[in-house]
Amino acid sequence: MNPIFLLLTPVALGLITLFIRGDRKRSLRRQILFWGALFHLSGTLSLFLPNSKHAINPFLTLDALGLLFLTLTSVLFFLVSIYSFGYFFKEYRSEQERGMRHLYAPCMLFFLASTTLAALTSHLGLLWVAIEATTLATAPLIYYHHHARALEAAWKYLLICSVGIALALLGIFFIAAAGKGKGLDLFVFDFVANAKSLDVRWLKIGFLLVLVGFGTKMGLAPLHNWLPDAHSESPSSVSALLSGALLNIAFLGILRCYQICAAAGLAHFADTFLILLGVLSLVTAFIFITNQKDYKRMLAYSSVEHMGILSLGLGVGASFATLLHMINHSLAKVLLFLTAGQIVLGYRTKKVAEVHGLLKTLPATGILFVMGGLAVLGLPPFAPFISEFLILRDALVKGHTLAAVLYLVCLGMIFVAMSKILLGMAQGEKHEIPGALERYPWLMFSPMVLAAALLIFGLYLPPPLVRFLNEAARLLGGGS
Amino acid sequence: MDWLLVGVVLTAFVILGSSRLDSCIRMVALQGVLLSILPPMVRGSLLDWHGLFLAAASLAIKTVAIPVLLARSLKQAKIKREVEPTVSLHYSLLAGGAIVVIAFSGFKLLPVPTGPFPTLLIPAALTVVFIGFFLLISRFKAITQVIGFLVLENGVFLFGMTLIRDFPLTVEMGVLLDLWVGVFVMGIMIHHIHRTFDHIDTKAMASLKDAE
Repeated sequence: MNPIFLLLTPVALGLITLFIRGDRKRSLRRQILFWGALFHLSGTLSLFLPNSKHAINPFLTLDALGLLFLTLTSVLFFLVSIYSFGYFFKEYRSEQERGMRHLYAPCMLFFLASTTLAALTSHLGLLWVAIEATTLATAPLIYYHHHARALEAAWKYLLICSVGIALALLGIFFIAAAGKGKGLDLFVFDFVANAKSLDVRWLKIGFLLVLVGFGTKMGLAPLHNWLPDAHSESPSSVSALLSGALLNIAFLGILRCYQICAAAGLAHFADTFLILLGVLSLVTAFIFITNQKDYKRMLAYSSVEHMGILSLGLGVGASFATLLHMINHSLAKVLLFLTAGQIVLGYRTKKVAEVHGLLKTLPATGILFVMGGLAVLGLPPFAPFISEFLILRDALVKGHTLAAVLYLVCLGMIFVAMSKILLGMAQGEKHEIPGALERYPWLMFSPMVLAAALLIFGLYLPPPLVRFLNEAARLLGGGS
Repeated sequence: MDWLLVGVVLTAFVILGSSRLDSCIRMVALQGVLLSILPPMVRGSLLDWHGLFLAAASLAIKTVAIPVLLARSLKQAKIKREVEPTVSLHYSLLAGGAIVVIAFSGFKLLPVPTGPFPTLLIPAALTVVFIGFFLLISRFKAITQVIGFLVLENGVFLFGMTLIRDFPLTVEMGVLLDLWVGVFVMGIMIHHIHRTFDHIDTKAMASLKDAE
């Protein structure tokens, strides 16, 4: 299928659902969301067929890196759209306050369209436009519940991310200035091909600004302030997509500029800062996970941790493992947020102290939640163990001993802090819970698929996936 | 073209030193006008359709749509029309002066890439960006934060529109569209902040934190 349809269909469906208002039509909106997601997923998968068309024009040209992000987003979006049937059915009846509920489906679809655009394009300007559009599409989703706390979270998110992204635009202008007078358009491949003739000083400043700007959106410490608020206040399906797709897209922005830096021989310069931010994020995540009182905030800080791992992994030169880890983290974190949503529905609280006996009260949810928790902590046999291990190996092989030691220490400490919280929630006696879970199968399907994927990838990495990831990693100047 | 750059910096200073919100909004609009004149001037000819189109779009969004939206939410919120900064206006202006000095002395470390640029361009753009930042951190009303964001964004535009002549039109339109939608969403949120908290002071929005 022509990739342009992946872009246009969600936009069109989003515009249609924008005009389907009213509470009674909510199931119609959910269905449009689901069919849109299914169409997007099948279209994306068809891109893997031989002889499929990847380039429409220079602006919309899909490379392996873009295809990886596109596929990951599409799969997760599809799973979340199935989950939405069950989650909002329940939530609608359990809460009093009314919101701009009809905006859920259109904003989700616009989010899908903007992430698709970000993955499709190799033009830095267009990439910026797409990433900023993801911010705008998700801000109303965070404000879904329409209470004071959600408003605070959405305002912080919108303002901090917009400012951060404005800095990234300045950075992109600096990078453009670095290629000034060479007749280069702002295409990544153009820059990579002519990397040797770029003005190094401008490129350096440009990369730093982009790192700070998109790093804000990616949730790298010390620029992560918006992240825990937004993740804890938004509906769980939205938190899942924020963590599993939105943060990745910001990372894609950094990766594109990293490609240029690496080609220009500045990889060492960029690596230093990536490792620095990575370690800072790991330490910050440890501090705030310890004795965290709100389990959705705990998951949010765990996202800060994993974004730190991605940054550090890229910095130590483990491109393949970093991309693999990005996939694994997205699968595990979406699983965790989706099951956390079930816990919220059942227990009607986000406080760790009020959740006990999960394994006995909601056995299926409990098992999946614990599985996701163990996966995200990097325990075998789950997939993140492999990617975290590979990052450690590459760090040691390439001589980043200090970074490797800090990485291991932080992972260990986070393991202790987070497993204490997780096990406290899972164990204990059976508990009478205030909420009943209706439409449980709808809620369970996606988490089960994700848990199975985590287990399978942990035990066996299919060779086609490895080949594909290697192809993407080669674009970053790594891979084998 | 220097008068344009000086004008943009001066409007940023007026915003920094003004105590009334409506005059801040008017200055943002004026800054928009100055920035909209830039694209055709940079291109050298007034009859270049790309530059003209960009000027028209930028004029429509930066000087008409956004200020009107802000003025409307100011009216709806029925708030006191004073800025109420955390740093007093005198100190704000002093900080602005310091920013100019830093921007002008700091940029000398960087050689301008090849191409005919007005020497004032880069320091002026940096000044406006920094003033925008300063506005963002020193003002607490939601609406002044939006103004700070707009000033910062204008600084970035000032830099970009002059430096990048061959930016494709679609991308430039995309940037403007993003800005417009962003401010639109912010405007709606200001309305809700007012309804929920009864004022638009972001100091009240501090219930989300880790320590209980």
